[in-house]
Amino acid sequence: MSEILFQIDGKEVKAKEGMTLLEAAKSVGIYIPTLCYHEKLEPFGGCRLCIVEVEVKGWTKLVVSCVYPVEKNIIVRTRSEKVDRIRKMIIELQMAHAPDAFDLQDLAKEYGADKNRFEKEPSFCIHCGLCVRYCAEVKKKNAIGFVDRGIRKEICFIPEIASKECWNCKECFPLCPTEALQAAFVLTEAFAFPGTEEEKKG
Amino acid sequence: MNRINSPTELEEVRKQILSTRDPNKPCITLCAGSACHASGSKEVGIAIEEEIKKQGLSGSVDIRKTGCHGYCERGPIVVINPEKICYFNIKPEDIPEIVSETLKEKKVVERLLYVDPTTNEKIVHEHDIPFYKYQERIVFGSNSSVDPKSIEDYLAIGGYAALGKIFSGMSADQVLDEVKKANLRGRGGGGFPAGNKWEGSRNAPEPVKYVIVNADEGDPGAYMDRSLLEGNPHAVLEGLTIGAYAIGAHEGYIYVRQEYPLAVENVYTAIRQAEEYGLLGKNILGSGYDFVVKVHQGAGAFVCGESTALMTALEGRAGEPRPKYVRSNVVGLWGRPSVLNNVETWANVPLIINKGADWFTKIGTETSKGTKIFSLVGKITNTGLVEVPMGTPLKDIIFKIGGGIPSGKKFKAVQTGGPSGGCIPENQLDLPVGFDELTAAGSMMGSGGMIVMDEDTCMVDVARYFMEFLTDESCGKCVPCREGMRQMLKLLTNITQGKGKEGDIELLEALSETAIEAALCALGKSSPNPFLSTLKYFRDEYEAHVKEKRCPALSCKELINFYIDPAKCSACTTCARKCPSDAIIGGKNKIHIVDQEKCTKCGTCFEVCPPKFRAITKISGVPVPPPIPEEQRTIVRGGKKDE
Repeated sequence: MSEILFQIDGKEVKAKEGMTLLEAAKSVGIYIPTLCYHEKLEPFGGCRLCIVEVEVKGWTKLVVSCVYPVEKNIIVRTRSEKVDRIRKMIIELQMAHAPDAFDLQDLAKEYGADKNRFEKEPSFCIHCGLCVRYCAEVKKKNAIGFVDRGIRKEICFIPEIASKECWNCKECFPLCPTEALQAAFVLTEAFAFPGTEEEKKG
Repeated sequence: MNRINSPTELEEVRKQILSTRDPNKPCITLCAGSACHASGSKEVGIAIEEEIKKQGLSGSVDIRKTGCHGYCERGPIVVINPEKICYFNIKPEDIPEIVSETLKEKKVVERLLYVDPTTNEKIVHEHDIPFYKYQERIVFGSNSSVDPKSIEDYLAIGGYAALGKIFSGMSADQVLDEVKKANLRGRGGGGFPAGNKWEGSRNAPEPVKYVIVNADEGDPGAYMDRSLLEGNPHAVLEGLTIGAYAIGAHEGYIYVRQEYPLAVENVYTAIRQAEEYGLLGKNILGSGYDFVVKVHQGAGAFVCGESTALMTALEGRAGEPRPKYVRSNVVGLWGRPSVLNNVETWANVPLIINKGADWFTKIGTETSKGTKIFSLVGKITNTGLVEVPMGTPLKDIIFKIGGGIPSGKKFKAVQTGGPSGGCIPENQLDLPVGFDELTAAGSMMGSGGMIVMDEDTCMVDVARYFMEFLTDESCGKCVPCREGMRQMLKLLTNITQGKGKEGDIELLEALSETAIEAALCALGKSSPNPFLSTLKYFRDEYEAHVKEKRCPALSCKELINFYIDPAKCSACTTCARKCPSDAIIGGKNKIHIVDQEKCTKCGTCFEVCPPKFRAITKISGVPVPPPIPEEQRTIVRGGKKDE
């Protein structure tokens, strides 16, 4: 693997070919905010919060750092007026669903986001997909998935799999940035596969 | 049929087919694509077969059921060859006369001819009819001369000659160079140069490569790819095979939506026939080159027309796009180099190989070469599929070919490029159609949808409609698209319902920026276009909705009222009788009044009020005048009072 030299926020960075900008930034201690990123999972590029400015041969563009592969001689800026404005909007859009999620509140403070900018639709889930992808990629169980698409998209446990696999795992629970997952799980449990007390004790 | 083992044999087979065909033998051609079926062509087809038999012409007359001819407004269309007599809007009961008069007696049935609306002249031949006269149908034209289920028909018009040509000694590089030189740009949306895309795949180190046909057309009102694939599947297959050879692919896919059953059926038939003839499969034309094509039926998600979503769906997963920082022509289907072009792009390839890049580049503008098929729909006299050279002014398409706006209404805007395209107003009608020209005007070429709108269309409502479509079709993976459109749709809906607030337009603009800059795929990035282009050209309409609660086009239901002008009402009672919600107070010789409380704004009264009175008007942005007092409502006729 050849080494790639470039710049993030004025700092010279060495990265391995195939690394993403986000990984490279993390490796030198530069923080970029994320919601759907997890180091054990394939890059997803869903929340778009890790958007950064990249200058390639004098051309500036916005790219999403968790999926953008490092390139030599590029200049990366992790904050700019435009980047901040877009992050603020993304946070505000998500806060319509999960206004009280701690992660979002912290981000809102940083970017001056107004949690009341949009009408509330408290569904709690912000579709980061961490639970779905963790279950599929790390646990290889696919006990939870997305159903439907677009604005009707929801996470859903698959009762047939979840009733067998979830009691002793629940590793996805702490990943959820809004704790909606737990709610969904409990709901599914209640409706579809009430476990015995013994099973619940695990 | 024996396999064809060389390009020379292919030409012999072609000669043999032509030798069995007498160009002077009468042939009755009927359009039988999906659009034609919808207007009754199936029944006409049955009537033709029965009548030919009944009048004893079996054997002496050929019947050819072809794909779409394009002039769908006037379908089903019957063409009698070799005279090329065209009949329009044909019903089964017209067939006996056509057979006895035209086929037997060689006489023209005057009543079935096209009548020129301006000169009132009857026109016998297709090429004299304005709808066809101004077109240049190099790709779509073949539809009317082949039965899509017959490979022999395609061979008879010179089909697979381009394939023969490349296997007669053209190297893959030469094929690639020709396509690059032709500057063929993708007809599916982005307008990316096909040759460059192919070259990227060819040069990619991974040895296994794929070619894919994008037949996932899903724009509302667009059906050009459908009609091309249904009507001339071999042309697409031939183009695809040439592309495969150029990049070194041995496997190809046709991603066609399952809602296009006739396209699916015809494509399967075409693949089977081409394999039997040795034009597809192992050792094509004895060249040693192998190429197989598989059909994948899409489940109908609009987003699967996006290249990476399509490939994800082909892999058997939910059709969601993936980041494109590494292009799919290098890392595509199953992580391998994959060239994806749409139906029309592939269908252009055999023409370029046959006639050369020099011929192709003579058609069109500096940056957009060749022709483009548009689906001309909406408030237009001649609905249909039209193919014009790039660079044709919009107004020629709409007025010369399309015949202008029906019912004497005024043109307002044309929406091009599908849901993510934009609206172009009247003062831009001189704009030549081309990839860059349309983009500069705030719209795009897209795959060629063209929806014409008249003065009764509310542009805010148009933006809302397309936003609703896109919101429904968003995959939901990324926030700027899923959440951004959820909010944009809410804001636009509020504005059309008179609930718009100061600042809404600015918020819509801010949401647009987030979508353009941060959305994952082309669907999300272009989703604000319907809003931005209507705002650019019709900002006053937005402001009227928000500030004055007025819909200038008198179209948004929540913002209009129906009002009967007491000076014009003659108490004919028509509206009162037709009103489905009993909202019209009136009676014999009593001036009618609309009960605004009961009115559901269905518009029935407006439509049925006799034109000689035109007493019912739509009003918006102003209060409805109070009803005239009861005692003044009685109408005095002929100087006598009824009382």
